Amino acid sequence: MAISIVLSGVAIGCIYALIGITYNVMFSASRVFSFTAGTLGMLGGVLGSLFIARIGMPFAAGFLLALAGGAVLGIVTEIVAVRPVLKRLDQHLYVLSTLALALMVQQFTAIKWGTDARPFPRLFDLARGGFDQQFWLPMVACAAVIVGLELLYRRTLIGRAFVAIAEDTYAARALGLPERSLRMTSFALAGLIGALAGFAGGEMLLAFFGNAPLLTFYGFIPVALGGMGNNRGAVVAGLLLGLFQQTANFLVGGIFASVAVFTVFIVVLLVHPEGLVGATLQRRV
Amino acid sequence: MEMPAAQLHTSRANVLGSMSAIGTALPFLLLLVLGAVFPFFGGGYWSLIATRACVYWVLVSGLNLVVGFAGQIAIGWVALLTLGAYTTSVLVAGNATPPLPPYLALAIAGAVGAISGLIVGLPALRLRTFYFAITTLGFATIVTQVALAWQSVTGGGVGVAGPIFPEPFSSPTGFYYFCFGLAAICTWMTANVAASRFGRALTAIRDAEVAAEACGIGKPVLLTTVFLFSGAVAAVAGGLFAALQSYITPDAFTLDLSVLFFIAILIGGRSSILGPLLGTILLTVLPEFAAPLVAWSTFLYAALLLAIVLAIPGGIAELLDFKNRRPIESDRAIIPRPELLARLFDAPGHVGALTLEAVSLSFGGVHAIDSLDLEIRPGQVHGLIGPNGSGKTTTLNVISGYYAQQRGAVRLDGTTLPVFARERRAHMRIARTFQTPRIVGSASVLQNVMIGGTIDGKGTFVEALLSLPRHRRDEAKLRDTAMLALATVGLERLAAVRADRLQHSELRFIEIARALMLRPAYLLLDEPAAGLSAEEIKRLGAFLLAIAEAGTGVLVVEHHPDLIFDICHQITVLNLGRKLAAGTPAEIRSHREVVNAYLGG
Repeated sequence: MAISIVLSGVAIGCIYALIGITYNVMFSASRVFSFTAGTLGMLGGVLGSLFIARIGMPFAAGFLLALAGGAVLGIVTEIVAVRPVLKRLDQHLYVLSTLALALMVQQFTAIKWGTDARPFPRLFDLARGGFDQQFWLPMVACAAVIVGLELLYRRTLIGRAFVAIAEDTYAARALGLPERSLRMTSFALAGLIGALAGFAGGEMLLAFFGNAPLLTFYGFIPVALGGMGNNRGAVVAGLLLGLFQQTANFLVGGIFASVAVFTVFIVVLLVHPEGLVGATLQRRV
Repeated sequence: MEMPAAQLHTSRANVLGSMSAIGTALPFLLLLVLGAVFPFFGGGYWSLIATRACVYWVLVSGLNLVVGFAGQIAIGWVALLTLGAYTTSVLVAGNATPPLPPYLALAIAGAVGAISGLIVGLPALRLRTFYFAITTLGFATIVTQVALAWQSVTGGGVGVAGPIFPEPFSSPTGFYYFCFGLAAICTWMTANVAASRFGRALTAIRDAEVAAEACGIGKPVLLTTVFLFSGAVAAVAGGLFAALQSYITPDAFTLDLSVLFFIAILIGGRSSILGPLLGTILLTVLPEFAAPLVAWSTFLYAALLLAIVLAIPGGIAELLDFKNRRPIESDRAIIPRPELLARLFDAPGHVGALTLEAVSLSFGGVHAIDSLDLEIRPGQVHGLIGPNGSGKTTTLNVISGYYAQQRGAVRLDGTTLPVFARERRAHMRIARTFQTPRIVGSASVLQNVMIGGTIDGKGTFVEALLSLPRHRRDEAKLRDTAMLALATVGLERLAAVRADRLQHSELRFIEIARALMLRPAYLLLDEPAAGLSAEEIKRLGAFLLAIAEAGTGVLVVEHHPDLIFDICHQITVLNLGRKLAAGTPAEIRSHREVVNAYLGG
C-alpha cells in the first residue's frame, strides 16, 4: 500500500511540477502568471485522447500533434492575452485577460469534446503491473523536461537569451535582444511543456475539461512555494505536494485531502508570502 | 477680503453637489419603479428571469465593493453562493439539525457567509493579485468538492431541496418582491458606502495604496469589514438562489457563475454602483434573447471579458460619464490663498519638535543614512538637500514610517514614533506628499482631497451603510473642509473634475491640499517643485512659508536651490547618508565644502 501511495504521489507530483514549470517559463519571459497553464495540461490530455483513441493515429503522430496544439495555445496566449496588456499602465489586467482566454478554451473543449471524463489510451502495450506506465510516464516526462531545460539554458544561445530576459528585461533589450520574439518562443515552449504534462498524466487524470481549473490551482502551488521562476523549487515543491496529497487521500479521504492541501497552501503563503525559497522586498516609495 | 469668495465657492459646490445627487439617484429611482411594476407586465417566465437578476445582484452588490472598489481580484466568489445555498437548504430540510424556519436559516447563512468571506478574503492582506485570485479559485473548487462528497448532509450528487419561504413570499410573484426588496436594500446600502469615506478609502487602497497609508487608512480593518459584508450578502443570495432553483446540486455552482458575477462588475466599470447593476441585468437577460447560444453563454462571457479588458477597461460607467468629457478651461493658473489657512487650521494644538537621533539605515552594504541627527521645529521650514542618493527621500520615508531604521529613534515631542507604522503617522498629524503624485485618477479632485481627512470621520461602517445622522454629519464636514483646502491651494474650481484629467503641477497642489486635511503638525514634502514652472515655484514657496507661519513644521526635500534658499529657516545638507552641513541659508551659502560640492564657486 505504501508503495502505491509513493508511486502515485510522485507521479502526480511530477505533473504538478511540470505545470509549475509551465507557469515559470511564461513568467520568466513576461513577468506574467497566466491562467492558461492548467488549461494547457488539460488540453494535452484531451488532444492525446482525441488523436490517438478517437481518430486512431499512431502514438508518435498523436503525441507530436498534442504538443503542437499546446505550443499553439501558448503563442495565442502571448498574442491575445499578454502582449496587449504589457503595454498598459495597469499591468494587473493580465490576471483577467489570461483568465478570460483560459475559460474560452475550457468552454470550447467542454462543448466540442463533452463534459464527461473520457479514457486516455494506453500508450505502450505492456501488462499492468506495480510500476505501471501511468506512474512512470509522468516521471520520465518530468525528468526529460528538467534535463532539456538545463541543456537549453546552459548550452544554447537562445537559452542564454531567455535567461538574460528573465534576469533583466531592460538590459537585455538594450543589448539588442529581440524581446518580443523571445517572449513568443518562451510561450510556445511553455505550451509544449504544459501539453506534455497533460499527455503524460493522461491515464491518471483522464481526458476531462474540468482538469483545467484543478491543474491551474494545484500547478500553481509548486510555483508559490518553490519561488517564482525557480524550476528546481517547483520540482521539489511539486513532488512534496503530490506525496502529501496522496497520503492525505489514503488517510482521511478525498475531500479532506483537498481541504488539507488548501489549508497548508494558505498557511504557508501567509507565513512566507514570497514562497519558501527566496524573499525580495519591492521598493514602494 | 478673500473669505467671502471662498464661501461662495463652497456654497456653490454644495448646490452643485445636491443637484448632481439628484442626477445620480435618477437612474436608480427609474429602475426601482420599473422593478416594482414589472410583474404586472412581464409574464410568469420573465418574472423568473427578473427574480434571478435580483438574486445575482444581491451577491454582485457586495462583491462590487471587493472587486470594483477595493480592486481585489476575487474570482471564486461563487463559493459563498454555494455555502449560503447549502446552509439555508440543509438547515430548513433538517439534515443535520432539527428543521429551522427559512428566515432564521437565511440569517444563519448570512452569518456563515460573513465568516467565510473573511476567511477567503484574508489572504488578500498579504498576497499579491495573482496569488489572491488563485486562492479564491482554490476555495471555490474545494467548496464544490465538499458539497459533492459530504453526502449525509448535502445529499452529494443527488442534491437537496431548496427552502420554501412562507406566505406571502411563497408564490413566484411574492418571491420576486422578496428578492427585489432585498436587491433594492443592497443597492441603497452599497451606494451609501460608495459615497462615504469608506468607499473613497477603498479606491485609494486600489489606486494609490501608499498614499492611503499616509492618510492613516488601515487596509486590514477596512478590507476585513468589506469582506464580512460581502460574504454575508453573497450567502444570503445563495439562500435565495436555492429557493429559486427549488432543488440544488453541486453542478449548479460552476465557476461559470463566478465569472458571470465578475464580468458584470467589469462591464459596469470600477467605482460604480449603477454600472455593475446594469451589467448584472444585461448578463442575466442576454442569454434569453439568444436561445440557440445558451450552451455557448460562458464562452461568450469569457470572450466579452477579454474584449472589455482589452478595449474598454473603464466599462459602462465610463461610457456614461458625459460630465467628464466636457472640456475644462485650458488657461488655468494655480493661485494659492494662504490667508484661508487660519480657517482651515482652526484651533491648532501645540506640539514640540520632531527629532531624529542617530538614525541609521542601510540596504545591503549601502549606508542610505548613517547616524543622522535632525531637528525640525514647528513653525519653521526645514530644507533637506544633497546630491542624488544622499539619503534625502530615505530620511523622509523613515520619518513617515515607510522604512524601518536599524538604529536610532524618531521622536515627536519626546515620544518615540513606532517603527514601520505608516498609518499611525496620520493620527500624529504628520502628513506627506510624494515624488510622483499618488492620486486616485478615476475619482474627482474633491474626493481625492477628502481622502486626506478620512481619519477625522467618527461614524462606523454600519452607520455609513445605513446613512445614519452621525455619518451624514461627518460627510458634510469633510466636504466643507475639503472645499476649503482646495480653495486654499487655489484649485476649488476643479473640484468636480476627474483627477486624471489634470496637469502635473495641479496634482502636486492637490496632494498638498490632501495633506492639509490632516491639519498637520508636520508636513513632509518630497520634491514638491519638480515639474513646476518658475512662476508656480515662487507661489509654492510663498505658500509653504505661510503654512509654516500657521504653526506647522515643514520639511522640504528639494533640488531647486532657489526655492530652498528663499524659504527655509534651517537647511541640512546630506552626502552619502551623512550630514555634511546644517544651518541657516546664509551659513550654508558660505559653507566651503557645500559651495565646492554643489553650488559652484
